[in-house]
Amino acid sequence: MTENGSSPAQSVNWLRATGPENDVVVSSRIRLARNLANYPFLIKMTPDQRIALIAEMEKAVRASSFLKKANMILTKEIGEIDRQFLLERYLISNALVREDGASAVVITPDEMVSLMMIEEDHLRLQVFQSGLNLAEAWRIADEIDMELEKSLSYAFDATLGYLTACPTNVGTGIRASCMLHLPSLVITKQIQKVLQALSKLNLAVRGLYGEGTQALGSFFQFSNQITLGQPETEIISNLEGVIKQVITHEREAREYLRKKRKTKMEDQVWRALGVLKSARLISSQEAIQLLSLVQTGVDTGIIEGRVTHRDLNQLFLWIQPGHLQKMHGSELSAADRDIQRADRIRTFFSKLLL
Amino acid sequence: MICNVCGTKEATIHLTEVVSGQMAEVHICEQCAEEKGTDFKTYFNFGDFFTGFAGIGKLLETPGEKTAVACKSCGMTFEEFSKQGRLGCAQCYTAFHRQLEAVIKQVQRAGVHVGKKPSRIPKDVRRAHDLRQLQDRLRKCIQNEAFEEAARLRDEIRQIEDKNKRPRKTKND
Repeated sequence: MTENGSSPAQSVNWLRATGPENDVVVSSRIRLARNLANYPFLIKMTPDQRIALIAEMEKAVRASSFLKKANMILTKEIGEIDRQFLLERYLISNALVREDGASAVVITPDEMVSLMMIEEDHLRLQVFQSGLNLAEAWRIADEIDMELEKSLSYAFDATLGYLTACPTNVGTGIRASCMLHLPSLVITKQIQKVLQALSKLNLAVRGLYGEGTQALGSFFQFSNQITLGQPETEIISNLEGVIKQVITHEREAREYLRKKRKTKMEDQVWRALGVLKSARLISSQEAIQLLSLVQTGVDTGIIEGRVTHRDLNQLFLWIQPGHLQKMHGSELSAADRDIQRADRIRTFFSKLLL
Repeated sequence: MICNVCGTKEATIHLTEVVSGQMAEVHICEQCAEEKGTDFKTYFNFGDFFTGFAGIGKLLETPGEKTAVACKSCGMTFEEFSKQGRLGCAQCYTAFHRQLEAVIKQVQRAGVHVGKKPSRIPKDVRRAHDLRQLQDRLRKCIQNEAFEEAARLRDEIRQIEDKNKRPRKTKND
């Protein structure tokens, strides 16, 4: 199988803005790191061992009722654009994009579950949910994990728990994260205060694409740092508790903007739409920033009903380099992408009157 | 803002991470980000990028201390690990036990796993893990002043410990 099942135009299930608190929380994700006891970790694996390990894990996947319909892709068999495309949909990680050796990913048709084979760890299971729904994501991840371990022997230590290639992930091997859109806290300049208040809670806050990106378009990814010494459910409820407080702050800030700075907000949102509707060239950075403002316009009721969260989430994906190239059917230079991106955005907003 | 890496160009990428109560900020220019791209992306987790690695570096520097030579199972040396930040196999955790303990302590709150366990693990591992779970629950009960439940757990723990016949070394952690 060289083609993955998802078409570029297809919307991602967990981006459909159907989950709880979806006006602030875009998505929730649970990631579990697992290694098999009978193979060395990634950096000490031989090419033959990698192939054997993938075969062994594939067998376990085929026996899982949850992953019955899932599609398995060998990363060696897909090109740059496809890898970028999967990365933008969060189905594979940066590490897997760059991987030259044998590695694979298993993706369910609804794209709610992705299982990376031979990433930093032998297994990286990811489960996504729309909105704030870590508990459901964990329930599914736990279930799949239990199905897989019926035929796989995990490396597990009585003291340290699940053993991982990086010693800072040991214990539960869990990373729970939520993507939050916090435009009002950014506009009202309260975000630093909020982040500082969080600083005592051992949580990590990152930008849109997690790995090394800035907080572009007011998107922030919150995740747990602690993996050892707390049970999974506690890690999740701690993170969820913090996120609920952040949601409250964001909504208060939105209320403030709506009441006290209405005209200024309207001005910014409509200007953003003006640019989006008329640009002939646009970078993804500018596009994300402007689209974030449009989303703020939806959230504060300025352009309510004319654009939905779901459509915007979709557009956020469409304008990424991998998606643009996949839809175009061939490679595009950065300059060409800026043209295509502007085109796509203009088409998207063509029915919206300023 | 000036780039933290090259110290000359304007930083356009700003990373913020909150780790163990401290907010770490890194500002990088586009060129450095591209060059270091792999590093920053892979190790963006400051837990290992700064805390972990700095910790390892310090451990290696400590004069007079000899670090375990190599993992017998996969051949990884501790020096190799401190460069790569990734272990070679599960046995490395035993081989570099002492050094890793320090690294883990810097990032994690506690040193003992509580939470789920695989269904297929050796009996002794399962027993040890179950006992730890009970001890953790006991600790929490005492914290929450739920003394009745705590007493029940204490008895349960004693029973298991007695069953394990061999005299156990008591550890204060």
